[in-house]
Amino acid sequence: MSIGAEVPRDRAKRLLVGRGRYVDDISLPRMLHLAFVRSPYAHARIDAIDTSRAMALPGVVAVFTAADLDGAVSSWRAAHKLFPTMAAPEQGVLARDVVRWQGEAVAAVAAESRALAEDGAEQVAVEWHELTPVLDGNQALAPGAPVLHRDMTDNLAYETKITAGDVDAAFAGAAHVAEEHFRFHRHSGISLEPRGIIADFEPSESRLTVHQSHQTPHQQQDLYARLLGLPEHKVRVICPDVGGAFGLKHHLMADELTACVAAKLLARPVKYIADRLESFLSDIHCRDHEVHARMAFSREGEILGLHVDDLFNAGAYGQYPRTSIAEGNQISRLTGAPYRHENYRADLRMAFLNKSILGHIRSVGHPIACAVAERLIDLGAAHLGLDAIEVRRRNYLDDDDFPRTSTGGVEFEYLSLNPCLDKALEIIDVAQFRQEQAEARAKGVYRGIGVATFVELTAIGPEYYGEGGQHISAQETCLLRLEGSGTLRCYTGATDQGQGIDTGIQQVVADVLGLPLGDVEVISGDSALCPVGGGSWGSRGAALAGEAAMRAATTLRRNILSIAASLLQKNAAGLTIEQGVVVDTASGTTHMAVSEIARIGHFQPYSIPEGVAADLTVVERYATRDRMFLAGNGLQIAIVEVDVDSGIVMPLRHLVVHDCGRILNPLLVREQVRGGVVQGIGAALYEELRYDPDGHLLTGSFADYLVPMAGEMPDIEVAHIESPTKTSELGAKGAGEAGTAGAVGAILNAVNDAISPFDASIAEVPITPPRLLRALGRF
Amino acid sequence: MKAPDFDYHRPETLAEALDLLARHGEDAAIIAGGQSLLALLNFRLAAPERLIDIGRLTDLKSLSEDHGHIEIGGLLRHCDLQASPLIARELPLLHKAIGHIAHPAVRHRGTIGGSLAMADPAAELGACCLALDGEFLLVSLQNRRWVAAADFFLGVYQTALRADEILAAVRLPKRRPGSIGIFDEIARRRGDFAMAGLALAAQTGDGGLSDVRLALLGVADRPILAGKTMAFLEGRPINEARIDEAAALIAGEIDPPEDPAYPPAYRRHLTGVLLRRALLELCS
Ligand SMILES: Cc1cc2nc3c(=O)[nH]c(=O)nc-3n(C[C@H](O)[C@H](O)[C@H](O)COP(=O)(O)OP(=O)(O)OC[C@H]3O[C@@H](n4cnc5c(N)ncnc54)[C@H](O)[C@@H]3O)c2cc1C
Repeated sequence: MSIGAEVPRDRAKRLLVGRGRYVDDISLPRMLHLAFVRSPYAHARIDAIDTSRAMALPGVVAVFTAADLDGAVSSWRAAHKLFPTMAAPEQGVLARDVVRWQGEAVAAVAAESRALAEDGAEQVAVEWHELTPVLDGNQALAPGAPVLHRDMTDNLAYETKITAGDVDAAFAGAAHVAEEHFRFHRHSGISLEPRGIIADFEPSESRLTVHQSHQTPHQQQDLYARLLGLPEHKVRVICPDVGGAFGLKHHLMADELTACVAAKLLARPVKYIADRLESFLSDIHCRDHEVHARMAFSREGEILGLHVDDLFNAGAYGQYPRTSIAEGNQISRLTGAPYRHENYRADLRMAFLNKSILGHIRSVGHPIACAVAERLIDLGAAHLGLDAIEVRRRNYLDDDDFPRTSTGGVEFEYLSLNPCLDKALEIIDVAQFRQEQAEARAKGVYRGIGVATFVELTAIGPEYYGEGGQHISAQETCLLRLEGSGTLRCYTGATDQGQGIDTGIQQVVADVLGLPLGDVEVISGDSALCPVGGGSWGSRGAALAGEAAMRAATTLRRNILSIAASLLQKNAAGLTIEQGVVVDTASGTTHMAVSEIARIGHFQPYSIPEGVAADLTVVERYATRDRMFLAGNGLQIAIVEVDVDSGIVMPLRHLVVHDCGRILNPLLVREQVRGGVVQGIGAALYEELRYDPDGHLLTGSFADYLVPMAGEMPDIEVAHIESPTKTSELGAKGAGEAGTAGAVGAILNAVNDAISPFDASIAEVPITPPRLLRALGRF
Repeated sequence: MKAPDFDYHRPETLAEALDLLARHGEDAAIIAGGQSLLALLNFRLAAPERLIDIGRLTDLKSLSEDHGHIEIGGLLRHCDLQASPLIARELPLLHKAIGHIAHPAVRHRGTIGGSLAMADPAAELGACCLALDGEFLLVSLQNRRWVAAADFFLGVYQTALRADEILAAVRLPKRRPGSIGIFDEIARRRGDFAMAGLALAAQTGDGGLSDVRLALLGVADRPILAGKTMAFLEGRPINEARIDEAAALIAGEIDPPEDPAYPPAYRRHLTGVLLRRALLELCS
C-alpha cells in the first residue's frame, strides 16, 4: 500500500543538491531583461514621462509607457458575479495617468541585462503631481475622502451583511457579552523565490511560450490568450520548479503581463524577475482588517449570539481574476463556525486604499475568523469564571449535528471537533501546565497557554468561480500513459510549489495500479502537455487531483486486467496487480508482469481480441458537485513565554491536532502543517508591512520586514484524526491551510494568558514588543 | 536591485591600496567583507566609480599583543575574533559581543574594520571599542594617525575616516585584575541588529566600581557613553536601590531617535532594563 505511506519526495533530493531549475535559471538566446519604473508616491498624477535619456543608453532596447502599449494588450476589471455590487475598477498593464500605490509600475525598460535595464529605469523622467493618499479604511470611507477611482463616487469597494436568527434579542438576554476590537495588520506570503517570468513570442507562428513561477498554468494560458488577443492553443505556460507560492503566484500581475507584451512587440524573449524590494512593494498583500466583535454568553457559557463587524482594508484594485473579496467573505462566514450558535450577524465593508493589491494568501481570512472567535471565548470564559476549554466543548458542533450549514452559511459534512480536543488533551496536560505556570510566575517568569479551534475550507468547488464568471478550472483531469516497458507517466493539472503533491499523486496511482512507486512519474506544470486543471491553491491537490488520479488509475487497472484476462483466458474479476505483476487474487499465483502486458498492448495489439478494453492511455476527470468547499478542522495549542521587560514573546511549544480526512502521506501533511504554523507565528509575532504617513513602505527588505526564523520557532507537534470525506472515493480533504488558520489565535490567546496577572490584554497582531509593553503599561 | 557599473581593483599590498585611494579616494569605495557595502550598492544607495578590494592585504590580518594591549588587524573577520583564544582571554567583553553579531554566514565575511568604518549605530563592535577606550589606526599614503573610539564615530554611518584612509588596526587594552566586562543586548530575533545594547567595562574593588565606562548601542546616532550614569556608578557600591536609580537615570539621559517600529520611549525603557540586568549580574 503506498497511500498513507511516509514517502519522502524525490523532488526534495533534487532541490537539496542544487539541481532545481527555477525561472531565473533559464536563459534563452537573444533574451532581454525587464526593469520597471515604479511610482515613488502612494497617490499621484502622472503629468509627463520622458523616456529619451533612457532610450539613449547603451544596452537599452525599448522603453514602454502605458500609451506605447495601447492596442497591444487589453485592460481588465476584477469582477465576480456572485458579488455583483462589488466595484471593479479598470486596471491596465502600466499606470496611465494616475498611480494608486507606491510601487505601481509606470514604465518598463527592456535591456540586454537587468543591471542595464535598471540604469535605464533611473533615467526615465516622470513629472509627478502628488495627490493625497488614502491609507486606511476609516480614512477611505470618511466623507470627503479623496476618491481613488474615477468611475466611483467613494472608496467603498463592497458592503454586505449576513444575518441568522435574532442577534439583538440574543445580546439583550445574555448573562455576559465579551467584546473586543481587533487589528490584524497587513503582511504577505513570503516565498523564497520571488515572482518571475520569461515570455517568448514567435511571430511567424504567432506562438507565445511562457516560463513562469506560478501556481496555475492553465489559468495564465487563458488570460494571456485573451488579453493579448492570441488563439489559446498558441499560448503555452510552463511552470518549472516553483520556490514557494502561498497564493502570491496565482494571479495576473501587471508587471508579468508587461513582459509578455514586450516579448510580443520586440519578438525577443523577455525575462522579468521581481527583486525583493519589488516583491514587498507589488506582491499581493493579505489581512489588514479591523474587526469589532461581540459574543453573547449564558451564565453557563453557552454562546447565544455573535456579531462581527469587519473593516477590510483592501488595496488599490481587486486582484485579477479572482477578486479580493474572499478574505472578507471568509471572515464573515467562518467566524465562530465550529460552534453551535444560532444568532449571528456579520457586517463587512471593504475599502480601496493607496496600497498594493491585497488578496488571497494562504488560509484566506481563516486566521482572523479563528482568532476573533477564540479570543472572545477566552474573554467570556474568564469573565464568567468558567474553564475556557470546557466552554469550547460545551459549544462545539457534535457528531449528531452533521451535516450542517453554519449560521455563516458554510456547509459542513462533518467536523471532528471533540475527537481533536480529546487527542490534544492527551498530549498536553493542561493541569500540569497550570501548576508549572504558577511556579514560574512566582519567579517572575510569565508563561501562557492558548487554544484555538479552527475549520479549514479546502478544495473549492466549481460553483465559486464558475458562477463568478472566472475561467478557473475546479475540475481536475488526470491522464495516465503506460509506456511500452510497463512504467507509467501521469499528467496532472495540479502543480507543485514545494508542497510535494506530485508525490501524493504518485502514491495514489501506484497504489491503485499495484505498481512499485518508482515506476510512476508525475508530470505537471505545463499548460500544453497536461490536461486542463486548476493548478494548486486553496488546498485542492490531494482532494481533487488525487481523486482524478484515483479514477484514472482505476480505469487503467481495469484495462490492464482485461487484457491479462483475455490473454490468460481467465476471469478479470479473479485477478489483481501486485508489485507490477498480475496475480491470481485467491491463490496469489503470479501470471504475467504489467511490462509484458504493456509490450503486447503497444507492439502486438493484434494479440488482444476486438472488444477488450485495451487503452493503455486513459483520461479521467473529477469535479465536486453542489458544494463550495470540503471542510477540514483541527485544534492548536500554543505555549509561550513573555519577557515582560522587553515585550518579546518566545513560543515554547506548539501542538496541532488536525483532521484532513484520508492522509496520502503523513510526512507531507506534517510538513504542510508545520510550515503553516510557522507562517501563522510570523503573522502573530513578526510580519508586518508598515507604511509612513505618506504611504511609503517602511519595510522593503528583510532587515525591516521580519520573518519567523528557525532559531525562534518551537518544536511543532502534529497529531491526526482521520475522518475521510464520503463525497469522494479517496476521502482526502485539503491540508495546506490548517497551520496558518489556527496559529494566530493560539498565540494571541497564549500571550494574553501569560500577561493575565497584570490585568492587561492585547488584540493587535503582530504582537510586537512595543505593542505588548504598551498594553502592559510599561512605557 | 543590481549595482550600477563600477571598476574593480584588487591591490596585493597596503602600499598599492593606499596609492589607489590617494588617486581615487572620493570616487572609490573600499570593500572588505562586503556584508554592508553590497547591499548599499544593490539598492543603489551608493554608486562609487570603483571598488578597491582590500581582501588580499595580509598586513591587515594580524592579531598581536604587547604587555598592555591587543592589536587587531582591520581585516580580521568576526569569526576569526570569535575563535581566537587570545581575545577570549584578554578581551572577554569583545568575545561576548561577537556572538551577537548576525549569523555565522555574515560573521564569516564581515570584518572588524568594515563594521567600524560602516558605523551602524547599532553595531556591537563600535560600542565595545568605546567601552574599552580603544583606538583605531587610520593610514593613508601620506599619514598614519591613531584616533580614539570616542572621537571616531560622528553620526549615522559617519566617521572620522577620510576618503584616502584605511582603518588598518584596532588597539584595545587587555583586561586587568579586577576588571569586569559585561555585554548584553535585546534584539527581536537571534542575530538581528539590537533594539538596544550595552557594553560595560569597569574595575571592581571594595568601594564598588571605578573607571566605569558604559557604552550604549542602538539608542543614538552613534555608539555613545552614558556619562551621567557612569558618574553615578563611579566609586560607589551597588545595591538594589541604587540599581533602580541608575536604571531611571540612564533612561532619562539618552534621547533615542524617532523610529516608527521602536519608539524612543521603548528604547529608553529597554536601556534601563539592560542596565538593571547588568548591575544585578554584578551583584550576584
Ligand atoms: C544579514 C546581516 C545581519 C547583520 N547583523 C549585524 C549585527 O547584528 N551587528 C553588526 O554589528 N553588524 C551586522 N551586520 C553587518 C556586518 O557586521 C558587516 O560585516 C559589517 O557591518 C561590515 O563589514 P564588512 O567587512 O562586510 O564591510 P564592507 O561591507 O565591505 O564595507 C562596509 C563599509 O566600510 C568600508 N570599509 C570596509 N573596510 C574598511 C577599512 N578597513 N577601512 C576603511 N573603510 C572600510 C567600506 O568602504 C564600506 O563603506 C549584518 C550584516 C548582514 C548582511
